[in-house]
Amino acid sequence: MKESDLNSSSSASVEYSPERDIDINVPVMVRVEGEGALEFTAKNGEVEKLRLKIYEPPRLFEQFLEGQEYTQVPIMAARICGICPIAYQMTSIRAIERLFGVDPGPWVHDMRRIVQCGEWLQSHALHIHLLATPDFLGYDNAIAMAQDHPDTVKRGMKLQGLGNDLLTLLGGRSVHPIGLRVGGFYRAPEKREVSDLVDRLEDALDDARGVVEWTAGLSLPVDIQAFNCVAVHHDHEYGMNEGRVVSSMHQEVDFDEYPQRFREHQVKHSTAFYSTLDGEGYLVGPLARVNLNFEQLPQEVKNLCADVGLKFPSMNMFDNVRARALESYYSILEALRLLKDYQRPRQPYVEVTPRAGIARHCTEAPRGLIFHQFKIDGNGKVETACMIPPTSQNQASIESNLKNAVLEFGLDNSDDDLRMLCEKIIRNYDPCISCSTHFLNLTVHRK
Amino acid sequence: MTIVIKKPRVSVHKFTSCSGCQLAFINMGEDLIKLTQLVDIIHFAEAGPLGPDEEVDISFIEGSITTPHDVERLESIREHSTFVITVGACATSGGIQALKNNADSDLWMRSVYAKPEYISSLSTSAAVKKHVKVDFELWGCPVDVKQMLAAVRQLLFGVAPLDLNEKVCQECKRRNTVCILVTKGEPCMGPVTRAGCGALCPSYGAACYACYGPAENANVEQLGKRFIGLGFTPNRVKQKFLSFHNATPEFSKANVFWADGEGVKL
Repeated sequence: MKESDLNSSSSASVEYSPERDIDINVPVMVRVEGEGALEFTAKNGEVEKLRLKIYEPPRLFEQFLEGQEYTQVPIMAARICGICPIAYQMTSIRAIERLFGVDPGPWVHDMRRIVQCGEWLQSHALHIHLLATPDFLGYDNAIAMAQDHPDTVKRGMKLQGLGNDLLTLLGGRSVHPIGLRVGGFYRAPEKREVSDLVDRLEDALDDARGVVEWTAGLSLPVDIQAFNCVAVHHDHEYGMNEGRVVSSMHQEVDFDEYPQRFREHQVKHSTAFYSTLDGEGYLVGPLARVNLNFEQLPQEVKNLCADVGLKFPSMNMFDNVRARALESYYSILEALRLLKDYQRPRQPYVEVTPRAGIARHCTEAPRGLIFHQFKIDGNGKVETACMIPPTSQNQASIESNLKNAVLEFGLDNSDDDLRMLCEKIIRNYDPCISCSTHFLNLTVHRK
Repeated sequence: MTIVIKKPRVSVHKFTSCSGCQLAFINMGEDLIKLTQLVDIIHFAEAGPLGPDEEVDISFIEGSITTPHDVERLESIREHSTFVITVGACATSGGIQALKNNADSDLWMRSVYAKPEYISSLSTSAAVKKHVKVDFELWGCPVDVKQMLAAVRQLLFGVAPLDLNEKVCQECKRRNTVCILVTKGEPCMGPVTRAGCGALCPSYGAACYACYGPAENANVEQLGKRFIGLGFTPNRVKQKFLSFHNATPEFSKANVFWADGEGVKL
């Protein structure tokens, strides 16, 4: 496996003064989900401004939820993100169930893992093949990349389709699923539907291993960042939608303690928010999850890692794409494990009785940790809502990473090379800008 | 001799939305590659191609119009496009974020952002057709892949796409789904909602929540009265209509029919 160094440059024959004025503006970031811009200025060898500007207009979802019955929360919250609606449905449903004292039982628990596996798989396959790897192979986009690498792109799209079908199995459709409810699911799939999908999952294992091998063999940049990784951890299963929040610095946060330990503040150039844990920035997402929970992956996943020369935990941010490939493989194995002995239940949900109080929960969206809080009255109506997506939690890390990487790379590189480096880094984080511009912060620091 | 037909040029633009309708393209999977053999994708920022101001035959627009800059962008798109097709609830009706049109949006901005002056935002979330002429509308939250492909195919054949505006109830009948409004007393919006989803929610035993927008001849008032007859409060009934397509003329009537609902915030 060969690693290229960030210090390499395609313009070696031309001298660029590091003291020159640099003004790079990319008004529309391509291959990211939502609307963002890159702004970078430097003078006399110093970086003046370097940021991902998130300018997508806010959609104010928390206000829309006020006054709604708790049953409407998953339906409405899903609309925050078209790629990860399950993360919003799952987090809100579990927050409300925990407040109401509802235990939907082991069948529902397993089926929820399956839909979450489906969402991870489709989101990861989309990001790896459509958004990130064109950067590493020198293409403007996946459509162009498909001309020269048709089998690779088709394999990725097939895996994405499989993820969508896992979502559809229990959710009814893959974008804004309708099958999930507080207390369980509206409908349980027939055995035949499940067995058809089990066959496809088994067939997909080779493809998923192939993506791990392929990403392991890619010549990726090295970008070492000493971030504090933060993710959901569970003692008995790979962290997904139950457990507690843990970090590389050995912090542990129960979901109910999230508001006391995490803070957000607004910055001028963005309609998103910056997050801190105990006052410091941190990293969420696939690399954070794999770093923190690697030991809980099934043995065949760990064996594959050893076979292809991947090592986790890793501080190379570009291992994010490999972490995604690994989690895609894991998602298929996990869905297989849970579906191969599928039994249709008598009833796919339990009855729910509203209870007043504060509902809180965290789950792992494909892009990282997500937190919800709802204040609910005795009739089951939402009084206040707060939903914090992964991208706002990564905003500070993204900008810190950009600055570190640019200085490491050297301002004596051309503007084009500097711009491409920044774009690669931003896309590597897979920011979900639509998610980050919808929400309310817990503590507003007014001046 | 071979007749050479010019390959159509297509753009996909995003305004304020969740990006879910763009996934109708991306979720095509391998068919997306096939589509690139039928059309030239000139602009689709999420997928990579960038050409926001180029002349195209069809521009697909996702998302509602919520900033002054959006309006400028949109007018430029209209000038450079033969056809403009709106994709999904946000572009077609203003989407769920149009709920702010009925509220003190400035107060809302201040409650969400400590420094709302940093954000330039129109006080309304508008459908695309409020600002420019729209040639065809694809409803749905999200839009369906089949629906969208059908529209592309029909345009490529030079015919106007078929507007499917019959009611969800007809789709329930075609798939033999027992009516959950009649038999279970669920507050199902199927009788006023346009078809396109395949009557998905009712087939799961869940009430339709009108994600496809109003059907032809939507009888909002009488359906709402029926819901009240089933025991739902006027405010709850109002919320059923003031949801993903709240800004449409048909559904916004709920503000009039049930203006006195208690505790109304919308």
